[in-house]
Formats: sequence, C-alpha cells, structure tokens
Amino acid sequence: MKIVVNGETRDVRAPDLAALLAELDFPPELVATAVNETFIRAKERRICVLAEGDRVEILTPRQGG
Amino acid sequence: MSDLLCFYDVELKSRLLVGTAQYPSPAILADSLLASRTEIVTVSLRREAGGARAGESFWSMIRSLGLRVLPNTAGCRTVKEAVTTAQMARELFATNWIKLEVIGDEDLLAPEVFGLVEAARILSDEGFAVFPYTTDDLGVAEKLLDAGCKVLMPWGAPIGSGKGLNNIFALRAMRAHFPDTPLVVDAGLGAPSQAAHAFELGYDAVLLNTAIARAGDPVAMARAFAAASEAGRAAFLASPIEPRDMAAPSTPVLGRAFS
Repeated sequence: MKIVVNGETRDVRAPDLAALLAELDFPPELVATAVNETFIRAKERRICVLAEGDRVEILTPRQGG
Repeated sequence: MSDLLCFYDVELKSRLLVGTAQYPSPAILADSLLASRTEIVTVSLRREAGGARAGESFWSMIRSLGLRVLPNTAGCRTVKEAVTTAQMARELFATNWIKLEVIGDEDLLAPEVFGLVEAARILSDEGFAVFPYTTDDLGVAEKLLDAGCKVLMPWGAPIGSGKGLNNIFALRAMRAHFPDTPLVVDAGLGAPSQAAHAFELGYDAVLLNTAIARAGDPVAMARAFAAASEAGRAAFLASPIEPRDMAAPSTPVLGRAFS
C-alpha cells in the first residue's frame, strides 16, 4: 500500500499506525503522530487503520526558538 | 524581596526564555542554557527519518538539564496545522504549554493574527496554556485575552533580525493597556541592551534564540543577556527618571563660588 510519510511516498505493509512505526523503525514513545493532519494519540495508533494515499506525519523533538 | 514571574500559576525566578536552535554544537547549547540561568526553553517538533535518533538525543539532553519546555508551532501557516502541532507537542513533551505561532508571510515571519486568535481559542478551550507570538496591536491582544490567553508575547522585531525593539511606542502602549497581563517580548532581540530596554519598559520577560546561538561566543552572550535582564528588571522596579528636554544641574547650585 502506498502512503505518504513525512512528505515522502512509501510502499508499506503495515495495516495500522502502530505497525507503521515499527516497520519504519521509529521509537513509539519518542514520536508524535498525525494522519491526514489529524493528531493521533499514542494509545490510538493500534486502532488507526491506514488506507491507500493517507498522509502520515511522524514528528520528533527538535531544537526550536 | 522576592520578584517572581508568574505564567499560568507557575512561579519563576528567571525572566529569560531561551530558544534551543542554531547553536554550534549540543555542548555549547547546554552550556549556553546554563549560563543564561533560564528556566524555560523553547523546543519544536520536526520530521525525522526512521532509524535516525537526533530528536532522541536532543530531548534526552534537554531533560537532563531539568528545565521547563515551551514547545512551539513554528512554521505553521494555518489554524489546522497549528492546532494539530500543538496537540502533538502536548503528548510528546508532556506539557500543556504551547508557544503558538501562526505565520503569515515568509519575508517577515509576521504573526497571522486572524488565524492566531482562532487557534488560541481552540487550544485554550482544549486546556492548553497558550503563549501567543503576536504583534503589538492592542485590538489583536484584546482578542487573544478574550480567547483565553493569560500571557501575551508581542514581537520586538522580525524573528532572527536582531533589530531589537522596533516600535517602542507600541510596546509602551501595550504595557500601559494591559497592566496585569504577563508580557514577553518575543523575537528580534540582538543585543543585551535591547533586552534591558524591554525590562525598563516594564515587560515581564523576554524570549530570544538567535542573539545567543549565533553570537561569536554563545555562552558568554547568554551570560550577558542574563545580566542585562536582571539589570533592566531592577531598573524598572527602581522607577527610572523621566527624560526631559532641558538640563538640570546635578551638583548643588547653592553655595557655588563666584556667584
């Protein structure tokens, strides 16, 4: 299934957001997630089923002003 | 006499809020934050490739310093982007504090005040403690307070410009108009004297990043800003004299020889 992760089109096997983090090697406790510009809480990732064309944001802490 | 700053019922000794971006190295960042004696640092959320761990090491370092974090929504251009980013930040950084930025243009990075007010209302209603990066417009400021903000952060000058306090008249008016609201000059500071000036005007705090991070010696500059902030605040509390057009002799006139 093709989805867009952090702006890049990716071909992934993961059926849900929690599985996607594992597939792409993201530490689940150190990222925040959104699908199609809607925030998805950590505890909701397992029930967040992904569909073709979904736009996923996986963000980490970073320097800021 | 204790002179504490209060943001959303949190009392703080330091009146300097410091950004964490653009430092030459993580070690210089850490040393600069310590030298500034800040208690609040701004952080952001950004994309990172799977398997990379830059965010993890940065966050680990910030946590080791024991400072309170103020996540931002830097770069957001719409209400939806800003609200979603704030929600993500709340979970990741475990704080309901958010520095709300909704940016209107790329040249000046000026606050997009219509979206800012709307996002501030949504986030306040969701229980966020909103720190809005705003202009010095009093009408916008009123609307931000009405939306639930209990702090206002007007810009001194465009982000990263180092120009200092671009509109002293407007900043003075804002201070007079909102005597009981914590006011923070956010953005545009370049030199410690400018920070001192903000405090002398009665501002409660200043927020800066580039002026320290891009200085030739960031750690020494952080120390200089800390000193300037303390001096400026002390001066404000000591009630500076009003400027006047005519000279007034400081040495007693009475008893002058040859008179």
